[in-house]
Amino acid sequence: MAALNIVTYIFIGIGLFFNLIGVVGLHRFPDMYTKLHAATKCTTFGSIFLIMAVIMQAAGIWAQGGTSQSVMCVHAVLVLVALLVTNATGAHAIARAAHRSGEKPARAVVDDLGGKEND
Amino acid sequence: MKFLITTAVAYVVYLLLTIGSGTVFLWSNAELIIGAVFAVVVGALLKNRFIGKDLRMLNPVRWFTFLVYLFPLFFAMAKANVDVAYRVITGRINPAIVKINPNLKTDLSLTILANSITLTPGTLSVDVDEKTNELYVHWINVDPEVLKDMPRDYHPICHNFPDWARRIAG
Repeated sequence: MAALNIVTYIFIGIGLFFNLIGVVGLHRFPDMYTKLHAATKCTTFGSIFLIMAVIMQAAGIWAQGGTSQSVMCVHAVLVLVALLVTNATGAHAIARAAHRSGEKPARAVVDDLGGKEND
Repeated sequence: MKFLITTAVAYVVYLLLTIGSGTVFLWSNAELIIGAVFAVVVGALLKNRFIGKDLRMLNPVRWFTFLVYLFPLFFAMAKANVDVAYRVITGRINPAIVKINPNLKTDLSLTILANSITLTPGTLSVDVDEKTNELYVHWINVDPEVLKDMPRDYHPICHNFPDWARRIAG
């Protein structure tokens, strides 16, 4: 159990670090799209590690005979799958809506979508 | 056939959600029975909505390929996350929206590719041209080499993910 606890703490540390980076990026970046990068992707990656820490703790107790923890373990896996699918889709929807309502990417070098008709 | 597949998927999801509730393996008798009833209802109602005309995703090789694909995807996520963390701290960004043509035919493969692009930080799929299946990607630190020629090279953005998506759902 001691080794499992150490790995869990490392995972929680990595997860919190990337969530912190996401928060800092939200304040530092100049426009909508770059803020979306920080706010959705860094937090997704951080949350993966936090959920993996939960899975490891629950699986550790499950392996020692506590079947009541199996629900925690499986639900955490389902949360992870839902998070991966919905977070990417949500970020895509927000970015598309922002571009259609005329939000221009700040400091953009090139904008291939800019000249396209909004149909 | 469609009914059986939909029912089986619904039943598996129900069993996953209620795991650890009893003593028959990991489930209680009540959960096993009520889950079967609901799975049959869901299968009867949604069989045409869950599975379209195309049955190619029933091939287990494609599912296995998808599981293998998670490893390079996670590796790319880790590498790109460190890169974005560096850009957050230093503030060195060079954003652009570029158009790429991944040459994918089916909707599902394009969805997998777009979600993979969004999940790897530094790139964010903004819009899709449904007629030509081209993706518009917001790129936080654009590579000047890519901007020179007009059918853009997609390898700096998404590595060989289009090939993976074609193998999974093409």
